[in-house]
Amino acid sequence: MSSWSVIVVMGVVTYAIRLSLIVLTGRVEVPDIVQRALRFVPPAVLTAIIFPELLRPGGSPQVLLVNARLVAGAVAALIAWRTRNLILTVAFGMAALWVLQTMFMSNG
Amino acid sequence: MASWRDEFLAGVRNELPLLLGVVPLGMIYGVVALAAGLPPAAALAMSLIVFAGSAQVISTQLFGAGAPGPVIVLTTFVVNLRHMLYSASVAPRLKALHPAWKWALAYLLTDEAYAVVITSYDQSHPPQRNHRHWFFLGAGLALWTTWQLSTGAGVLLGAQLPASWALDFTLPLTFIALVVPPLKDRAGVAAALTAGMVALAGAGLPYKLGLLIAAISGILAGLWVESRQPARAGAVQPVSADAEP
Repeated sequence: MSSWSVIVVMGVVTYAIRLSLIVLTGRVEVPDIVQRALRFVPPAVLTAIIFPELLRPGGSPQVLLVNARLVAGAVAALIAWRTRNLILTVAFGMAALWVLQTMFMSNG
Repeated sequence: MASWRDEFLAGVRNELPLLLGVVPLGMIYGVVALAAGLPPAAALAMSLIVFAGSAQVISTQLFGAGAPGPVIVLTTFVVNLRHMLYSASVAPRLKALHPAWKWALAYLLTDEAYAVVITSYDQSHPPQRNHRHWFFLGAGLALWTTWQLSTGAGVLLGAQLPASWALDFTLPLTFIALVVPPLKDRAGVAAALTAGMVALAGAGLPYKLGLLIAAISGILAGLWVESRQPARAGAVQPVSADAEP
């Protein structure tokens, strides 16, 4: 297989996955349990992406309090909970990360 | 009622904060694709044809290692399997649309578009939003355009953003901003925390399998906690109540 044909098949596979249940749902009856389960997809998937980014930045576990990303993420979670504001959450999270990184760099 | 143009622009606007984190990823992909020996045209075409960041980065490593085509395709399948959950999740909201809309929006169904679209859909009341699919299109196209341009920038210029800016961190921050506010009931919190812990435990697994297992564990935990709670009016908001226009 040339790299071009591999890329095309990769695209077909990816698209088929994304399209699959969007097209099927109108045709088959979705069981009640599945409908209730779908409510939990966003919090489950998003948190599953977030936790490793905070606790294993770079792919390995990090000690809690010297992990700038974890502290910055906790700051962001607090801001998100109190303000429900996306821009403020990202701004405070990045500010916290930069401040912590600068502090660690001056220490090290 | 919001017009289609309002919805489209709102979709673009809501996607903007995520784009800040997508740009460095796109540039990194462009750089590693060339480093792995893909021709520039093939690297750009992969962004157009596959349009899936993680799968693209992983596959370039496999291309570079000379892996056989079927292995690369199978890896792509496993890495993108989580999108089947997204497909199931948005399906009830797209049910009444013309097939052409479904095919178009499916192409745009990425992590970043899904996060924004599902949060917006869940917070709004359907009767006021007959043009919600335009919101999806706006968010999806904003991401798509940014991905193509940043991939191109990576291929042409190399990675020029200093790593110390840590702009990639804006992505998990945006996900935090999207996931925290809607967490109101215990079942939702259980789903989130379980998924997070399992994702940590499974972070060493290849091909994003940890993410898929974590998501499924979280969903099961949510269902379990919900089934143990006494039924209260308003406590549970099944997707089925979210009627389509």
